[in-house]
Amino acid sequence: MLGRTLQEVSAALKQGQITPVELCQKCLSLIKKTKFLNAYITISEEVALKQAEESEKRYKKGHSLGALDGIPVAVKDNFSTSGIETTCASNMLKGYVPPYNATVVQRLLDQGAVLMGKTNLDEFAMGALGSDTGGSTRNPAAHCGIVGFKPSYGLVSRHGLIPLVNSMDVPGILTRCVDDAATVLGVLAGHDPKDSTTIQDPGKPFMLSSLTDVSKLCIGIPKEYLVPELSSEVRSFWSKAANLFESEGAKVIEVSLPHTSYSIVCYHVLCTSEVASNMARFDGLEYGHRCDIDVSTEAMYAATRREGFNDVVRGRILAGNFFLLKENYANYFIKAQKVRRLIANDFVNVFNSGVDVLLTPTTLSEAVPYLEFIKEDNRTRSAQDDIFTQAVNMAGLPAVSVPVALSNQGLPVGLQFIGRAFCDQQLLTVAKWFEKQVQFPVIQLQELMDDCSSVFEIEKLASVSLKQ
Amino acid sequence: MSVQASPTLFMAAAAAVAARSDVVTLKRVARLHVWTHYGGLGEKCGRVRCCWAIGPGWAGTGASPPRRILSGRVTAEVIEHLERLALVDFGSQEAVARLEKAIAFADRLRAVDTEGVEPMESVLEDRCLYLRSDNVVEGNCVEELLQNAHRVVEEYFVAPPGNISLPKQDEQQPFSHN
Repeated sequence: MLGRTLQEVSAALKQGQITPVELCQKCLSLIKKTKFLNAYITISEEVALKQAEESEKRYKKGHSLGALDGIPVAVKDNFSTSGIETTCASNMLKGYVPPYNATVVQRLLDQGAVLMGKTNLDEFAMGALGSDTGGSTRNPAAHCGIVGFKPSYGLVSRHGLIPLVNSMDVPGILTRCVDDAATVLGVLAGHDPKDSTTIQDPGKPFMLSSLTDVSKLCIGIPKEYLVPELSSEVRSFWSKAANLFESEGAKVIEVSLPHTSYSIVCYHVLCTSEVASNMARFDGLEYGHRCDIDVSTEAMYAATRREGFNDVVRGRILAGNFFLLKENYANYFIKAQKVRRLIANDFVNVFNSGVDVLLTPTTLSEAVPYLEFIKEDNRTRSAQDDIFTQAVNMAGLPAVSVPVALSNQGLPVGLQFIGRAFCDQQLLTVAKWFEKQVQFPVIQLQELMDDCSSVFEIEKLASVSLKQ
Repeated sequence: MSVQASPTLFMAAAAAVAARSDVVTLKRVARLHVWTHYGGLGEKCGRVRCCWAIGPGWAGTGASPPRRILSGRVTAEVIEHLERLALVDFGSQEAVARLEKAIAFADRLRAVDTEGVEPMESVLEDRCLYLRSDNVVEGNCVEELLQNAHRVVEEYFVAPPGNISLPKQDEQQPFSHN
């Protein structure tokens, strides 16, 4: 049951094959068994069971709220959840309990979703596997063999999402299949009066149509994305995907996004600058960590922030402040904003030339082992790993990573589709067609759970490597 | 008696204290020193010193921290300026080196020709910003909000005294306070 798609589980709940409470308990059990993965910062067991009970009452009366009623969901720990600790994986917010729900969380709960807990992230979402400001809904999805969808900027409310880069942050959706992502998008999208950067159209649920004919479709392949660092395996999957579309009648053409190579640098400047501003709110006075120093406000702020933030966060704050200095502002910040426009225009030009959807890799390769990963520092890693996903955030476009195949090592690889702004539905329709063609293997969770004895060995190994 | 209390007296005391205390620590700790000196009318003027313990070997030796000896864009002045603005300290030579690398990385933007290009602030620049009508629809959550603060008195957030700026680098003395 736990390995099924949202729609399958929802159907099972409606038919009474399983109850919300049973489902919740199974989920909690698996979470406990996989605790060594450290995927959850907070497990909201009591809240979840209570929500599951309420959902069960609704199903018994035949009054379920919709497709999400009784469905277990997890929310990244930079979304505010009322009454549940929200930390952004930072000491700065240790013990912080928001008095309100982020709009997206509220919309999920209003539909009856059951909140299992808050998931782990890099501190303040600043790593290569951070939040979808640079690709980190899509990158982890590609590495884990699931669907990772980043909606158009402005479609989904950011109210309650602790901000990293206000002009690029978007809540991302991770699901087992494209249909599920569409279901969740239907619930989350739409104007929020509490977020003035949301567009004014109200949201409404929608069903993805099943494409049978792709002959009217034009797929663009950006040539600048063919970089030397791209692993030959991913390259071959990308090539096969392009051929697949072509063989089914779609027009597949090479396109150019000339400023691609500057997108990471541009992001680096804009991100650190916005971060410097966004992190200024953490001063220890109204919420979050506060140090013991009492001699002066400035000294207290300084010490609080030193204790509360890790090196990566502090490094970005300092870099951001550097770029925002009067003498640097025009040459760095404004310059980066100009380059951002050039990058966004690249996409506009390509879409105006008749391309419907772009097809690119999501990551350079399959997931890299931890010990290999930590050999480079955070900025280098982000620069390398976000190369395919980052420009999309600059331009505010929708993008989705769809799992395509397992590598030679048996690890998942995904490919990315990029759509026009606010054409999320069309994008997902194309992604759904592709998903159906590719038939990526479904995860066998039962085997995983049965294999628990080997898990304890992994647990020891995991804790050893984390200490290094 | 001079208008200002003799600094040397305090420095001697400072050095003695520093020699005793375990200043050499791998963990970065902010240490504050209150150095009072008396104005002409005998008024106390509390000045706050802030000294980042920057790692083993520096404090208590009287030597200037290595970060004063720099090449590149990140001069000692820049460091000081940034630390005050950001209220976040570098804490180590590595952090300074990291900033220099970040700047070098950002310098690559110079290669792009942006003649005549307007800066882009938001991808939604062509849309009208939604504005709510100026009516109060929610609030009255004083208690909830105060619950998250460490120090509260009645309905106030309590802050330490303000208008005391962090000391300049060259005025720092490595001694600890009470």
